[in-house]
Amino acid sequence: MKNARNLPFLATLIVFLIAYALCTLQFPNMLSTRVVANLLSDNAFLGIAAVGMTFVILSGGIDLSVGSVIAFTSVFVAVLVGSFDLHPMTAFTLSLVLSTLFGAGMGLMIRYLAIPPFVVTLAGMFLARGAAYLVSTQSVPITHPFFETIQTVSVRLPGGGRLTAMAMLMLLVFAIGALVASRTRFGANVYALGGNEQSAALMGVPVGRTIIGIYALSGFLSGLSGIAYTIYTSSGYSLATVGIELDAIAAVVIGGTLLTGGTGLVAGTLVGILIQGLIQTYIVFDGTLSSWWTKIVIGILLFAFIALQRAIIWYSNRRLADGAARGELRGAA
Amino acid sequence: MSSQIPLLEARNIGKSFLGIAALDGVDFTLERGEIHALLGENGAGKSTLIKILTGVYRRDRGSIQLEGTEILPETVADAQALGIGTVYQEVNLLENLTVAENLYLGRQPRRFGLLDRKAMTAGARALLARYGLDIDVNALLSSYSVAIRQIVAIARAVDLSGKVLILDEPTASLDGQEVEMLFQVLRQLKAEGLGIVIITHFLAQVYAVADRATVLRNGRLVGTRALSGLPRMELISMMLGRELLEIESEHASDRASAGAAGEAPIRFENYGRRGSIAPFDLSIQPGEVVGIAGLLGSGRTETAFLMFGIDRPDSGEAKIDGRAVALNSPQAAIANGFGFCPEERKTDGIIGEFSVAQNIALALQARDGWARPISAKAQRALAQEFIRSLDIRPPDPDRPIKFLSGGNQQKAILARWLVTGPRLLILDEPTRGIDIGAHAEILKMIEKLCADGMALVVISSELEELTAVAHRVIVLSDRAHVAELKGAEVTADNIMRAIAAPATTEAA
Repeated sequence: MKNARNLPFLATLIVFLIAYALCTLQFPNMLSTRVVANLLSDNAFLGIAAVGMTFVILSGGIDLSVGSVIAFTSVFVAVLVGSFDLHPMTAFTLSLVLSTLFGAGMGLMIRYLAIPPFVVTLAGMFLARGAAYLVSTQSVPITHPFFETIQTVSVRLPGGGRLTAMAMLMLLVFAIGALVASRTRFGANVYALGGNEQSAALMGVPVGRTIIGIYALSGFLSGLSGIAYTIYTSSGYSLATVGIELDAIAAVVIGGTLLTGGTGLVAGTLVGILIQGLIQTYIVFDGTLSSWWTKIVIGILLFAFIALQRAIIWYSNRRLADGAARGELRGAA
Repeated sequence: MSSQIPLLEARNIGKSFLGIAALDGVDFTLERGEIHALLGENGAGKSTLIKILTGVYRRDRGSIQLEGTEILPETVADAQALGIGTVYQEVNLLENLTVAENLYLGRQPRRFGLLDRKAMTAGARALLARYGLDIDVNALLSSYSVAIRQIVAIARAVDLSGKVLILDEPTASLDGQEVEMLFQVLRQLKAEGLGIVIITHFLAQVYAVADRATVLRNGRLVGTRALSGLPRMELISMMLGRELLEIESEHASDRASAGAAGEAPIRFENYGRRGSIAPFDLSIQPGEVVGIAGLLGSGRTETAFLMFGIDRPDSGEAKIDGRAVALNSPQAAIANGFGFCPEERKTDGIIGEFSVAQNIALALQARDGWARPISAKAQRALAQEFIRSLDIRPPDPDRPIKFLSGGNQQKAILARWLVTGPRLLILDEPTRGIDIGAHAEILKMIEKLCADGMALVVISSELEELTAVAHRVIVLSDRAHVAELKGAEVTADNIMRAIAAPATTEAA
């Protein structure tokens, strides 16, 4: 596709490749499947949540409840498994049902009470976080053979890297997300909503169903992300993943999706995640830098990418305006 | 079914909003293979009728028959399924999607449960080829001109519906060549037997493409006429509601003397903005009322926006007392002693939640700057004074202004500007949506302000209003000032003649 709308994505991809090349020039060891596999594993839960966030932002909305839902899910699963002796799979299913319903409920409010997504999901953020405290304020460790099994499942990559189950799950979610966005009616409706809700409605897009579906999907993926996080840390903690939704938003925006909605790619979000992971890895390799540099670099990148997006929009508008002006002259001549 | 039955027949359609009739007993008939123009000024009921036909509103009364079958569309999708498609003025497509995605949104071809993009591309190509359009359907819609987007919208609507096509101001932002391209498409669809309804305010285009015209005024049917052989004057008089040859007697002759001699203190020279209004000269004397006449879309409001600095001019200059001033923002205009009562009172004029006193104090506060707040007490005193002098009812300065009637809201907005003691007051449709009694009061107020030495510009689509108050009338047509009528020349008849005259004869 040679559309202008893929320009931000291409820019992100180029930035990632250049950054990675520079990193490997300084630390040749970074060019290994081991580093790549770790990068994917360490960011798996963030990536899964970011796929849901991509759909939300594509539709012109925002979901601030992601981090709280992840924390709630982790505590919920830990308590169900630890205190109630449920099988982890049962606990997973229950928490996924709960988080999906929670998302759908927020979608319902956004649609039928006409409350801005920011406000509804802000309320959802407090609600889910509070519910997590209610389940347990302590960090709840999990010791269950099922968890140990999952944690050992991995695919050995040439070069010594081990792709964990969580990394594979994230890649699978990205693949399905990309397919849903580009090749289903639901995906097309999400883009349409992000373009202009009123026009979309006039063109026959089922606005209510789509909005509820989008937030239900984001809720589901937040729950899935919570499960991945629980497996990753072998525990549930209600204070965990505070503000992780902002990292997800950063990944989506750095990945080339317009915050105003309607333009972007799920694949871009993966690159956004990889860039964040790359910065973290670089800091680990360097050894002297404070981990706060991750935030600083991400902040700078966000500014740069938002400016780039504005520039692209401004440029294409000006081209259109020029075309119109030329047309006017032609008409007058 | 015999061909005697019209394609679409609406009878005795009535619709009220909050007890105010927007449409009253309107009949409308559309034949197969016909292009039918729907005409009328703002508020005539055109869009209400369209919205009833396309399922946006539900009618209160009357019947609609499509090919002899009674229909009651309840949603846009409903109307589409029945065969009635619409293309709105603001092209209702999505710029962030590709052409093909726009054509197939909501009805994409699928294979194995997934969208079949190949079939979409091929289908879109074939669809547009019918209209002689050979473009890359996988490029974003935003990369094409408005004319092409318009044709894509038509292609979608016809493909979805296929019997009746309704176009709401399709040519508003097209140039001459693009309009011709669009008309070519319409003629082709007409030849294929579609019934087409077109709403436009460009009369030349009506004559160029339409077969018949139906004129609405104030929610009522004025008449339906075949256009061939119908004089322009007659069509305009149907739209404006004036009989021809009616002598304007009430026009006071003493008006001719006003603003005669001397260099006018407020002058606009060669003032214009491309795509909005052609450059014009206008000078205004104190104590003079300049009327601005013209059909909807002729550039009336654009002139006001330019004078008040809402739009920036790209040619000419404004002079006040012989000094050139830059009117690049409403603030600059206010600083130079201008005031402006906009046409859309509800959205651009009042702040509904604010009290009457707060609304009145707004312009004064804006002029003085926020560093010097006007106390609530001073606001109320000010409001009380104008409530008395303008007879605003109910006389309660603390009532939120949205609970006042239209006429009283208008008086409050007038008061807002009078507080600042303006030297030029621009009134865009000052009596729109105001009952008869308040109507007369507003006109009286205009005359009084003028007698006090204020300069006024009054924009109105009601000719009686202009002939009653204006000393001079500028006539607009096709976004240019085409004529100026003075003193005794100011009659409804002359204004209509000037509107009807082909623009080339008098335009610079």
